Amino acid sequence: MSKTTEYEAVIGLEIHVQLATKTKMFCSCANVFGEEPNTLTCPVCLGLPGALPVVNARAIEYGLMMGMALECELAEHSIFHRKNYFYPDSPKAYQISQYDMPLCSGGRLGDVRLHRIHLEEDAAKLVHVGASGRIHGSDSSVVDFNRCGTPLAEIVTEPDLHSAEQARDWLTLLRVTLRQIGVSDVNMEEGSLRCDANVSVRPKGSSKLGTKTELKNMNSFRFLMQGINAEVARQTELKLAGKRVSQETLHFDPATGSLSPLRSKEEAHDYRYFPEPDLVAVAPTEGMLAAARAGLPELPAARSERYERDWSLPLDTARLFAFRPELGDYFEQAATAATEADPRVVANWLKDDLAARLGADADPAASNVTPQALAKLAGLVQARAVSSSAARQVLDRLVEAGGDPEAIIEGEGLGAMGDGDELAAVVARVIESHTAIAEQIRSGNDKAVGALIGPVMRETKGRADGGEVRKLILAQLGQA
Amino acid sequence: MTGVLDLTAAEAAARIRSGELDREALWSAYHERALSDRLHALSWVSDELNAPPVEDEAPLAGVPVAVKDLFCTNGIPSQAGSKILEGYKPPYTATVVERLISAGAPLLAKTHQDEFAMGSSTENCAFGPTLNPWDTGRVPGGSSGGSAAAVAAGLAPWAIGTDTGGSIRQPAALCGIVGLKPTYGAVSRYGMIAFASSLDQAGPFTRDVTDSALLLSAMVGKDPCDSTSLGLPEPVLLPSAADLRGIRLGVPEELTGEGIEPGVLKAFEATLALAEELGASVKRTRLPHAPHALAAYYLIAPAEASSNLARYDGVRYGLREPAENLTELYTRTRSAGFGAEVKRRVMLGTYALSSGYYDAYYGRAQKVRTKIAEDFDRAWGEFDFIVSPTSPGVAFELGAKTDDPWAMYLNDYCTVPVSLAGLPAISIPNGLSDGLPTGFQMAGPAFSENRILDAAHALEGAIGFDGSKARQ
Repeated sequence: MSKTTEYEAVIGLEIHVQLATKTKMFCSCANVFGEEPNTLTCPVCLGLPGALPVVNARAIEYGLMMGMALECELAEHSIFHRKNYFYPDSPKAYQISQYDMPLCSGGRLGDVRLHRIHLEEDAAKLVHVGASGRIHGSDSSVVDFNRCGTPLAEIVTEPDLHSAEQARDWLTLLRVTLRQIGVSDVNMEEGSLRCDANVSVRPKGSSKLGTKTELKNMNSFRFLMQGINAEVARQTELKLAGKRVSQETLHFDPATGSLSPLRSKEEAHDYRYFPEPDLVAVAPTEGMLAAARAGLPELPAARSERYERDWSLPLDTARLFAFRPELGDYFEQAATAATEADPRVVANWLKDDLAARLGADADPAASNVTPQALAKLAGLVQARAVSSSAARQVLDRLVEAGGDPEAIIEGEGLGAMGDGDELAAVVARVIESHTAIAEQIRSGNDKAVGALIGPVMRETKGRADGGEVRKLILAQLGQA
Repeated sequence: MTGVLDLTAAEAAARIRSGELDREALWSAYHERALSDRLHALSWVSDELNAPPVEDEAPLAGVPVAVKDLFCTNGIPSQAGSKILEGYKPPYTATVVERLISAGAPLLAKTHQDEFAMGSSTENCAFGPTLNPWDTGRVPGGSSGGSAAAVAAGLAPWAIGTDTGGSIRQPAALCGIVGLKPTYGAVSRYGMIAFASSLDQAGPFTRDVTDSALLLSAMVGKDPCDSTSLGLPEPVLLPSAADLRGIRLGVPEELTGEGIEPGVLKAFEATLALAEELGASVKRTRLPHAPHALAAYYLIAPAEASSNLARYDGVRYGLREPAENLTELYTRTRSAGFGAEVKRRVMLGTYALSSGYYDAYYGRAQKVRTKIAEDFDRAWGEFDFIVSPTSPGVAFELGAKTDDPWAMYLNDYCTVPVSLAGLPAISIPNGLSDGLPTGFQMAGPAFSENRILDAAHALEGAIGFDGSKARQ
């Protein structure tokens, strides 16, 4: 038996998502990012004596939408607990969160199983004044309660991921999914999407889980990958050296890319959870479930599958259209209108030509080009009524001023020349005027053909089909 | 002026409405009276020399009210009897206080209480004990002792307090007035500085049962700011019953035996006899789990309190002791700001919720609570009301029980089971024992306030208790 063991990473994610509700989780303060500190507060989110929380019904609806989108089991009866801890970011000295009766259990997104989704409130933001902005070495800390009480959904996965890349890709899928259902801005930089990772390693092939560490503060996709890679490497090294991994929480430092053990409130381990007596149980009614269901759009995973299945799109294209629903919607209209064109040809014209002309993130529906026009153009190309290069000129006109592709072709004389005498005559003229190149081709250098195709295309204003031109050149020079 | 002060609140309201009584005269009579408080019942008195404006058709007609310190009142000290909140002025007003003010009961004064409503004598008040108007060497009961003493002594026409395990009923009994704890959820808790959230409930202190109904009618109702509040199924009506025909009273052995002072028991038996004369049937019964109520209560209430009181950390408001670091700030502020009883309960509750002990303590106590509620549910199949003495004893001397927490806790022996079950109960004065008032408790099913008030009204008429001595 070989002594060198290969290790594999086992990764689970804990994702906090700020819900994009109009108001906070338990009070009616506005839930917006970037306002003057401490301007979005009230007795409830400041935890003043006597104030009581009231659950935001929209947050529950968003939670249910997430649960439905991620195939979770929705609790018939769900309650909030108090998680008690002292820290200046927690004005009540407890966080209202869900404990053993979360809103959603189980579930799946792509290849990754979910453990649960629960709702809770965000803490206030501590700003450390002086030094580096980090708590160590700072002179003092000030508290901004604007964030305090922001609705959060915590999504916990099963440990189904095995690499940093896989974690990144899956988190991207989650992000797109959540954005499309409209429950969150899912912006890592603004903190509306925060991801912690539980990482362990084990000998490849083993089904036993190793001791895990919890990685925090990786607030970008790049840092998430950096953090996971660093931790997997560290744990693997420990194992290879015959040492043990100890269970701890590690803080990722974006400045150095390194991980260090966390010394803070996280040390306090006994949260003394007990049911929040100020709230009643959440028991979703048929009406609440129906409202959540009605609010759900088709999700990226399902959409991508449908594009592959119904329109025979390749995976990459299907995913692109699923992740960018504005492209997907446009494609479906164009493909439906395209009686003469293969949907895959329409898809290529959309993603390679139209989308490129409109610029990144532009919505083609807002352009001058109607889906019907694009479909017609793709059909004309496929029927060889117009060459690809002429069709691109037509598309330029369409982007500029809209209109009907056939009318543009007619008006500008861009119709294909086919294999008729007209094209043969042009080819003969070009050969005559490029004797040196023609000689090279005659002597067997096929590569030189390209040097003649250009002039032919210029002369025909792109109306000729490149393949046809090539064939004619070779034939006329006796190389066919 | 004594004439004005001898009117019940409902009588005063009726006279204001008929034009016989000037609202200003009523306000200044009570205002003067409140300013000369010798019982240390009041923690704050309005500085308005003229009666605050009241709408013409306001149901409470301008009869002023005193409220317990722990109700948040915008810009007015709301300290919950604690040094940690000394001088704290909230930026908002409790829902129930707002309702009273808009119903025509302007705020006259605030009243002293045991710190965070933890106590049965008002001796745990950080600002000094309140005295009992019947005997100033004795306590008024607690925790709402200031409200009880103020109403009994005529410093205010009526008042509100809060009841967690008996904090309205017991001081009402010890001061010879009427105290009502409504069904849990009947009155909004928004703006009430919390002790134990699943038990706290506000209610009226009044001279008689009619006043109790009138004040309660302005307090109740669903509040969008309190998820646990519930609308009563029917409006609170003024009581009219003069007899108890057809009323079935259950007398639980567990609350009427050992531990009840003979004088209190004697008054209780006399009231039962009166009830029978008024047409009620009286039958002994059992509440088998009631003897465990205190033990369960002293786990549940401190557990919730340990969490509710964690916010007093010196960071944002209230007392802040100088410190070098965060932990020191917490420790010093809380050590200096909380009194001994609060610390005892915070420690007890923290322990009861600790991981590894939760099931054995908090979890078990919740099961007992359910059993007690089931005892009452069974009783309602046979009885309209469960009756007992309100407090096992009469008002005790200042300092008599301060060194013995358990002796103090026993004051709530008869009231705590009702609290754990979330039920409404009234305490009405039913006599004197050695010159000190005793109380008669009637508890009914959830939302039976109107029936309780009616029955209490009939009984009150037959008892004919005279509380005027306390107002002299």
